[in-house]
Amino acid sequence: MKILVCISHVPDTTSKINFTNGDSEFDTNGVQFVINPNDEFGLTRAIWFQEQQGANVTVVNVGGPDTEPTLRKALAIGANEAIRINANPTDGFFVAKQLAEVIKTGGYDLVIAGRESLDYNGGMVPGMIAGILGMNFVNSCTELTIDGNNAKASREIDGGKEIVATTLPLIVGGQKGLVEEKDLRIPNMRGIMTARTKALTILEPISAASETKAVKFEKPAEKSAVKLISPDNLDELINLLHNEAKVI
Amino acid sequence: MSILIYAESAEGKFKKVAFELASYAKKIAETTGQTVTAITVNMSDVSELAKYGVDKVLKVTNDKLANFTAKAYADAIKQAAQKESAKLVLLSSSTDSLYLAPLVSVALDAGFASNIVGLPVNMSPFQVKRNAFSNKAFNITEINTDVKVLCLGKNSYGVFENTGSAAAEDFAPSISDADFGVKVQSVEKGSGKVTIADADVVVSGGRGLKGPENWGLIEDLAAVLGAATACSKPVSDLGWRPHSEHVGQTGKPVATNLYIAVGISGAIQHIAGINSSKVKVVINADADAPFFKVADYGIVGDAFDILPRLTEKLKAFKAQNS
Repeated sequence: MKILVCISHVPDTTSKINFTNGDSEFDTNGVQFVINPNDEFGLTRAIWFQEQQGANVTVVNVGGPDTEPTLRKALAIGANEAIRINANPTDGFFVAKQLAEVIKTGGYDLVIAGRESLDYNGGMVPGMIAGILGMNFVNSCTELTIDGNNAKASREIDGGKEIVATTLPLIVGGQKGLVEEKDLRIPNMRGIMTARTKALTILEPISAASETKAVKFEKPAEKSAVKLISPDNLDELINLLHNEAKVI
Repeated sequence: MSILIYAESAEGKFKKVAFELASYAKKIAETTGQTVTAITVNMSDVSELAKYGVDKVLKVTNDKLANFTAKAYADAIKQAAQKESAKLVLLSSSTDSLYLAPLVSVALDAGFASNIVGLPVNMSPFQVKRNAFSNKAFNITEINTDVKVLCLGKNSYGVFENTGSAAAEDFAPSISDADFGVKVQSVEKGSGKVTIADADVVVSGGRGLKGPENWGLIEDLAAVLGAATACSKPVSDLGWRPHSEHVGQTGKPVATNLYIAVGISGAIQHIAGINSSKVKVVINADADAPFFKVADYGIVGDAFDILPRLTEKLKAFKAQNS
């Protein structure tokens, strides 16, 4: 089984979010980048398939040379090889087009991409790839097992979950549940050393137009300070929720 | 030309997000001189949509669509959009709609933007404001395609009554067998319980509650408020509560009117997931808990003392005000 895991290179959750160039660009200054958490759950599940079912795992990212440490980290976690598509990921559609091309030429059986990246929170890429290639698609996937050509997955729905059956080739929008937080791996020294010698192929992008453009960013208004209420005066809380906030 | 909305339903009833979407579409339609068309799946009575400004309803009735199947639903929405020559196709931010939207967008060669937080900033070029960076920033996105697909963030516009005729018309899109490559085997869903996605109020508990045996306190408070229950990540990791209740960055997002957090310290990942809730109440024994920084109302104190009393007082309040 050939697995492709799509990786976004995103700011660590604790990063300060600032913008530059007249609030038109994200300010990467001093920002620590990580593997998008939703992608990391998928990567870890892919490594499980590699170890238990003999799968070959390729990781791919659309980005400049500055994103290579993120791919190297994925290799150190255990991916067999990496591909970097050398382009600025201008929008979800552009990224999906690039990844679809890699999937088509690489003949992957299973593609895992996070259900959304934690920078733009677009939630576009896995579904768009499915649309472009006509692949079977399960979004918000929280469990995945593969048996030969058959796949069984569970998908999060509002208020519960749904179990679905499908066949390869398949693309899933992954999230927590594919593996648990405790199953995530921190690369060890041996992994880091071997990652240096694993193949990282750089591909030039195919020509594709972006459909959307982020033109400007804004930060939310400063929050006013919390109103503290004494535990002995719960009537006051009810009063505020009713008369001031008008939510009860 | 009309604006098309996908009016979601469950068990024969429209979801609240369908009305919010209708309200939103109607407002845009008023400024552009368009009409609002809704597509519904396996709904017999669609008259309720009139109240929120829907002019026309394309009713799809098909046994094959009894279970949600993303490709087939996306196919139906695509054909409805083409029939109506819709340039704007609107969906909600439910898990089903977020599943459908990118498929619809590719099928219509339409640019897509999710997490929309308000009316378009500009119609030409078409610009919308959306949440990004896990609610830490807004982003104005321009969509350059002729047809556009948007997912409206939950609770970001509101439900407004209006007038429409909701003239119903049967619509039978051609659904191909190829749309059923993913087959639903079973659905596990708590019945009768308010879900986090639909709730106007969410009561959430953290490690401060000391153990799953104490969750009755959270459930009692939630019951009085008609709220859904939720929990922090450590609580779901410890197995005290099911995963489906975990809210936060890697769990379920919460965008509700009132979010009450009890015994949750407020890790940045948790805040990222709940921050688009309108009013946040934090109850925590630790006055230095970071959650107080983003809360609207806070009580520093012992949850075991406060919750039973708060529940009783709210019961009395509800009895008086209903």
